[in-house]
Amino acid sequence: MIWVTQILNGVLLGGYYALLACGLSFMFGVMRIINLAHGDLAILSACLVFLIADTTGISPFVALIVALPVMAAIGWALQRWMLERSLRSGVLVPLLTTFGLAIVIENGLFEYFGADTRSLAPYIGDFAYDSWAITSNIYIGSLAALIFALAVVLLGGLKLFLSYTSLGRSIRATAEDPDTAALVGINTRAIYGIAAAIAVATAGLAGVFLAMRAVFTPYSGPEQLIFAFEAVVIGGIGSLSGTLIGGIVLGVAQTLGAQINPQGFLITGHVVFLAVLAGRLVIAGVRARGGLGALLARRP
Amino acid sequence: MSLLEVEQLDARHGLLHAVRSVTLKIAAGETVALIGANGAGKTTLLRTIAGAHRPAAGRIVFEGDDVSAVPAYGRLRRGIALVPEGRRLFAGMTVKENLQVAGTYGRPGPWNIDSVIEAFPLLRERLNRRAGNLSGGEQQATAIGRALMTNPKLLLLDEVSLGLAPIAVEAVYRSLEKLIASGATIVLVEQDINRALGVASRIACMLEGRIVLEGRAADISREQVTQAYFGLQKARQA
Repeated sequence: MIWVTQILNGVLLGGYYALLACGLSFMFGVMRIINLAHGDLAILSACLVFLIADTTGISPFVALIVALPVMAAIGWALQRWMLERSLRSGVLVPLLTTFGLAIVIENGLFEYFGADTRSLAPYIGDFAYDSWAITSNIYIGSLAALIFALAVVLLGGLKLFLSYTSLGRSIRATAEDPDTAALVGINTRAIYGIAAAIAVATAGLAGVFLAMRAVFTPYSGPEQLIFAFEAVVIGGIGSLSGTLIGGIVLGVAQTLGAQINPQGFLITGHVVFLAVLAGRLVIAGVRARGGLGALLARRP
Repeated sequence: MSLLEVEQLDARHGLLHAVRSVTLKIAAGETVALIGANGAGKTTLLRTIAGAHRPAAGRIVFEGDDVSAVPAYGRLRRGIALVPEGRRLFAGMTVKENLQVAGTYGRPGPWNIDSVIEAFPLLRERLNRRAGNLSGGEQQATAIGRALMTNPKLLLLDEVSLGLAPIAVEAVYRSLEKLIASGATIVLVEQDINRALGVASRIACMLEGRIVLEGRAADISREQVTQAYFGLQKARQA
């Protein structure tokens, strides 16, 4: 039974990874930018909500209503004043500027909050450790279930938004070919601003839920970035439904790894990530040589 | 008043001086064919008029307003639409979505998905197909339809017959003739001189970035166009 429980926990943990990876995947899909500050932006949002909850005593869930528009505004401003400029100088420069931004956020947060490990769990009461009994001996955490549901709703909603709204279509057109998008009347600059706002707001959402389900410090960002990156690569970069699957695969691998050996949590996740990556490379190599059939036919 | 006035326009690609002090006036309802060899500057001229390329000098005046500093999306909203060379459809989106996305930002007018299908009946069965999976002729029809969805006052067509089977070219031109008959203002780049002379009311020949021959299609002979195309006139003058 412990294995079933662990797989369930892994799936739910995967929901968190999908939530975290959503913005990373979206920003790459639309703007071709790999945002190395993604994890740190999530932590920034967690710190913001922590500050609100700690000083005013209001629930972190309510504080989210304040924090998400702030994060969206930060995303829009980053695009307008930083990413847009760096994009003009080629593909490597945005990577470097977001890396620099990551360092600035980490050390800025350290300067203000210090090195203490914090959590939002004390501010949400029982909900942090409540669980539901599925059967007499299988329990799932209610917070983990909420995060998973949120990830499904967010990724599904984003997919519907991109498919069926005129703004969504404009975002897809801009993602495919910004030059031509401008020729059909799309203000690509505004679209990039909106896309960055959505990406950073979802990172902020994930950061707050990380802070509820676990602990964080000003330097927690890079580790979250790695998990998000692994989920995105496993699921296929730029694909929203793939991101959910990638998150679940990573989450299940980690919890099963931890079940096999208490130290297996991280290593199993990384191994699965590397295996998927290697598999992708092999498949791409076979395709480049004319497919499996052609490759086998060449053998004597 | 002219619909479009291009005054002393210069455009560059780095060191390459692609368009050299071009002056061109286009009245509403005209169909102007731009003719010239590869590299004569036709595509750059169209892209600069549409706002996709920044001019180095000169002015572009549309309906009496200087639009030289207006970005491409703003010019489209004023009524300038370009069908770019190579069609440049959003390949991952369906034909319908390609049309819809252009219709979002255009001006109000008679063109919508239904009237585009009426003009290009071959698209009816293809609406929900990915644009990238269509044949060349179907893609070209979609590209023209996409530009029409914005209800342009001025339609710029860049090499609409390039890479198409003769039968597809025929279909595209039949639709264009209907469009011209309806009073649309069109500037088209065409390599096929006979086709250009057939549909255009006016001809402008470009050579090395300049307009070297311009006049009513009825007054210009094939020989004059050929001479302008290869720069024989210039050689004779020298």
